[in-house]
Amino acid sequence: MFPVSGTASLVLAVLFGAVFGFLLHRGRVADYNTIVRQFLFRDFTVLKIMLTAIIVGGVGVFALVNLGYAKFHIKDADMLAVALGATIFGVGMVVYGYCPGTALAAIGGGSLHALVGAAGMLLGGVLYALTFDWVKAVILPVGKLGKAQLHTLLGLPPGAIFLALAGVAAALFVVVERRRA
Amino acid sequence: MSVSTLDGAGARVAGRVDWTPYLVGVGIGVLSWVVFVVVNAPLGITTSLAQVSGGVAAPVLGADAVAANSYWAKNPLKLDYGTLFLVGTMIGGFLSAMTARSFRLESVPTLWAERFGPSAGKRFVAAFLGGVIAMYGARLANGCTSGNGISGGLQLALSGWTFLAAMFVAGIATAFVMFRVKA
Repeated sequence: MFPVSGTASLVLAVLFGAVFGFLLHRGRVADYNTIVRQFLFRDFTVLKIMLTAIIVGGVGVFALVNLGYAKFHIKDADMLAVALGATIFGVGMVVYGYCPGTALAAIGGGSLHALVGAAGMLLGGVLYALTFDWVKAVILPVGKLGKAQLHTLLGLPPGAIFLALAGVAAALFVVVERRRA
Repeated sequence: MSVSTLDGAGARVAGRVDWTPYLVGVGIGVLSWVVFVVVNAPLGITTSLAQVSGGVAAPVLGADAVAANSYWAKNPLKLDYGTLFLVGTMIGGFLSAMTARSFRLESVPTLWAERFGPSAGKRFVAAFLGGVIAMYGARLANGCTSGNGISGGLQLALSGWTFLAAMFVAGIATAFVMFRVKA
């Protein structure tokens, strides 16, 4: 029965995208102010959402993979490209005030500057495609560590890592919730 | 579920219904379970957005040049799961805004206006440039906050956690410089 493909998967794409966009908007992260204030340590909504999603999502996905219902989709750890790309992305995200997913949800909510920035994102995609041969030759080969996962690198059961993550997240949540009160 | 009356900079926004971030985080986590099983595809945005950029480049660069490009050859524009997911994300934001009665056209957000003034032109230039930079970075890293951060993070991928660390360091530094915060 699963995975679904063909026309049914196209209908599901719109449905799952809509759930994602609805959650981002309802969670206040389809809002310039919330995103930029996270990076100024004045609002922790972004971290609360991301850490909760990673822990809840991760525990479930690892269980589903172990039971044979799902497969991992690990991206290659091309370390120079990921580190450099994420650094550039972090700069752009704060100047834009959105990340790509929250920008799309914000456009749905009426943000005109998110729409202008989305045109910028399309240009960014064009520039990447035009420089891809150079990137592929010069940057992608540096620090290729493959489809590495933290638990295998550290030699720990994944459950131990999620438990540690949950502990760190809970401590952070308690501190920031107290600070606000 | 909680009702918040504060927007990002502390002004009251009438009728805005926000959900607690923990509930939203659980929702995105559960959505990840569903997409991994049902469509065998993690949440992600920019791979498909890059396909769309090939579509918009075609009239300018020529369809042949786009087809011959080694990146777009791997990621051609088509109406597939990923590109329709982008459409869905916009629809979801719209539905949330309409049902919360918070839909409003916004050109200059409050935090930006406090620091850089009310000029929409200035904000649009920054948003455009920020979009260019963010997308280039996301493609170089092979994923954004969704594909690398959430989907990579929840799979304990080294690529995902490297992305999260570098993104937050660069984002914090940029925000502190832009808003002249003394560290």
